[in-house]
Amino acid sequence: MNARDEILGRVRGALAAAPDAEVEVPRRYARTADGVDVVRLFAERVGDYRATVRIVAPEALAPVVAAELRDAAVGTLAVPPDLPHEWLIETGVEVRADSPVLSVNELDGCDGVLTGCAVAIAETGTIVLDGGPTQGRRALTLVPDVHICVVPASVVVGTVPEAITRLDGTRPLTWVSGPSATSDIELNRIEGVHGPRRLVVIVVDRQTG
Amino acid sequence: MRIALFVTCVNDTMAPGTGRAVLRVLERLGHEVTFPAGQTCCGQMHFNTGYQRECVPLVRKFVDDFADAEVVVSPSASCVAMVRDHHRRVAEVAGDRGLTEAVAHTAPRVYEFSELLVDVLGETDVGARFPHRVTYHPTCHGLRMLGLGDRPQALLRAVRGLDLVDLGGAHECCGFGGTFALKNADVSVAMGRDKVRQVLATGAEVLTAADNSCLLHVGGLLSRARSGVRVMHYAEILAAGDRS
Amino acid sequence: MSGATWLGMPAFPEAARTALADEQLQANLRTATTTIRAKREAVVAERADWEHLRAAGAAIKDRTLRHLDRYLLRFEEQATAAGAVVHWARDAAEANRIVVDLVRAADADEVIKVKSMVTQEIDLNAALAAAGITAYETDLAELIVQLGDDLPSHILVPAIHRNRSQIRDIFRREMPDAPDDLTDDPAALAAAARRHLRRKFLTARVAVSGANFAVAESGALVVVESEGNGRMCLTLPEVLISVVGIEKLVPTWADLEVMLQLLPRSSTGERMNPYTSTWRGVHPGDGPREVHVVLLDNGRTDVLADDVGRQALRCIRCSACLNVCPVYERTGGHAYGSPYPGPIGAILTPQLRGMRDDPVAASLPYASTLCGACYEACPVRIDIPAALVHLRARAVDATRGPLSPERTVMRAAAWTLAGPRRLAAAQRLAALAGALLGRRGRIGRLPGPLAAWTRTRDTPVPPGQSFRTWWRRNRRGTAE
Repeated sequence: MNARDEILGRVRGALAAAPDAEVEVPRRYARTADGVDVVRLFAERVGDYRATVRIVAPEALAPVVAAELRDAAVGTLAVPPDLPHEWLIETGVEVRADSPVLSVNELDGCDGVLTGCAVAIAETGTIVLDGGPTQGRRALTLVPDVHICVVPASVVVGTVPEAITRLDGTRPLTWVSGPSATSDIELNRIEGVHGPRRLVVIVVDRQTG
Repeated sequence: MRIALFVTCVNDTMAPGTGRAVLRVLERLGHEVTFPAGQTCCGQMHFNTGYQRECVPLVRKFVDDFADAEVVVSPSASCVAMVRDHHRRVAEVAGDRGLTEAVAHTAPRVYEFSELLVDVLGETDVGARFPHRVTYHPTCHGLRMLGLGDRPQALLRAVRGLDLVDLGGAHECCGFGGTFALKNADVSVAMGRDKVRQVLATGAEVLTAADNSCLLHVGGLLSRARSGVRVMHYAEILAAGDRS
Repeated sequence: MSGATWLGMPAFPEAARTALADEQLQANLRTATTTIRAKREAVVAERADWEHLRAAGAAIKDRTLRHLDRYLLRFEEQATAAGAVVHWARDAAEANRIVVDLVRAADADEVIKVKSMVTQEIDLNAALAAAGITAYETDLAELIVQLGDDLPSHILVPAIHRNRSQIRDIFRREMPDAPDDLTDDPAALAAAARRHLRRKFLTARVAVSGANFAVAESGALVVVESEGNGRMCLTLPEVLISVVGIEKLVPTWADLEVMLQLLPRSSTGERMNPYTSTWRGVHPGDGPREVHVVLLDNGRTDVLADDVGRQALRCIRCSACLNVCPVYERTGGHAYGSPYPGPIGAILTPQLRGMRDDPVAASLPYASTLCGACYEACPVRIDIPAALVHLRARAVDATRGPLSPERTVMRAAAWTLAGPRRLAAAQRLAALAGALLGRRGRIGRLPGPLAAWTRTRDTPVPPGQSFRTWWRRNRRGTAE
């Protein structure tokens, strides 16, 4: 018998005496964050991870991006092919679009990367990239040491269940909560290991003026 | 109220004073206490050590001995947890439907002493007087299986003259664990010594708890260290003094 | 490398004794567990619905296990449709063979690895080494363990038994590119690991991972991590091989809304871990071009067959039970003789390996006081104390027949407790013995089987009159 059939046979044998009824999942946990300003909460929670957070009005986005690039001393910036031009104005940095596809070494030669995101979760301070518009492929946001992520207020949700509902689980997803970190030395969190050591999150909110 | 006392084998043999203390407190409050004479043991040691088959006759005996009791009280959190949480499992393992039904009848009527006083009888001040510095260790089965919460401390705080001091690391196991104390004696003693350190740090004269078995372990270490700290079941504290 | 082995380890009580004598280990464990307990408590307290999340997490896993065959087939169908190749492995040897063959087929002689419990369990690195393939562990703690030719001692933080200065010493000694002036500042140590592994990440062609979750309805895998080494392994190489225990399945994508809340809070004590990656087979133009999934049994179906023990398969490897366990805190992980230490290891290892011919596994169900702290902390409500007691019964029943000293004592006790007269007689005997052995109301050290108790603890002399005797003398006539 092949391994597949044998394992499935063992599983069925093991469950032969188990009660037939389907196990119901009680879902009484919170699905939404009611009465919360999700944009402010998101910014606060991202900040808890020692990431840089800015909340800006749409017209202030480009200058803030430029300022953050200067602040992080980014000379070469990788961007997904479909990044809106208006996010990058008078930055003075060398911009490298991922089209044609940048090699790993070329990516490694970039100081930073600028993307958007698919969803952001207020409660956990998480941004989620799904490879959709303004995000590019997964390696793009991994190899450069500085990740600047533009988060439209419209993609900020309150909770993890809301994010799961919005996301497409068949896409390649990367959930990012702060810069790369480790707790492996005496269980204290320290930032900066293999992923980007600096994370800058810029929330674009019309309510801000 | 007429209350049957399940004294437990450990208390019966090693700490009869605890049984007499329960009696004194309940009678002082005007209740009638009976002692079903056939009683022996809840079967906890056998069950927890893996001798479930040997445990079956003990469970059968327990439900027989207390079949007629409306309310059963016991001054041992771990024995009450055994009765309430595990007798059902023993009956299932034995495949004895009659026993399962008998357990379902008896087990819910069995109360740990502080549950009986606070929840059933509605008493927190039992009129005791005990002018000493005391610290309370919440034993694991009382804390996590029975969820005794603050009941024993509430009773102790109402005792006249008693100075109740918080125990550091109170929620940590003392390391007794029944046969664990023998099978893994080194770890057991290491845990017990940490508990002793916390007890000594309180400056208490008396360490009290809801389980004399745990107190035998910690008390044995305290005694070997010549610490001068006494161990007492809290029922004995509640029985001290009188209502004057 | 990989000389360290679990084989031939002593049973728990003896291994524990060695650990208790190691003061540095005691200090390291205490610091680490104290830190993580406080963090976990704080983020769990934030969630008023924590108990609801736990109940949902337990039910999701139970639902999966109840129809595991169905979910495995669904996963296989979906992952295959998405371009993955699904392999099945009955045991460790078969899984190792599959991985070795895949690495060879890719014409590679090295792999980079994401920390994975299951590849520890099957000892994949040794199998790769035997085939001439070098495995590079990329998780910081795994790297510390690998460079130190050591064994992991914790599920989340395999090098929890090492403090910062010990880690610096290992790096200085074993890491060729470590700076000469490396300090024990954790940030400097992390930076050294980054430099050390950077080229490997950018050039490796094959990666091996585990998975935290496998979604049956879509065929997606999920890896939860912190450092970004996981993302490197899952994204940059051409070939990705994921070894996945069959219990890692969840039925639906929506089920992750529970698991991704329970796991980080229970594990690192964070609202969310820095990185979570999910992928489904091959995503053209994004990540590996060849994706393999090895579904592993290796004893899991034996666990599934036990109606009490099977709840161990709910485990999501968060390690909260280790962090709150007073026994683990004092013995560390090596004493448990397997990659799965602590309370969960004490119920998983005996079931995965069997207890009959394995004295280490057989000693584990007794490595607990049954204090219940693990059950309270478990995000999927595994009643570890109940499972421990159940496994003790299995151990006792498996050896029925030959009379051991313990069995003799237990039988004698059961006989004595069968009736009040016998008990009363035994009590008189105990009081007599106590009077003979005791001094000033105390019994001190005794020889023989009682030494384990009396070496360190005094015992009060049993009172001359038991409660039942007192009652008979003073209260006889009272209604009974």
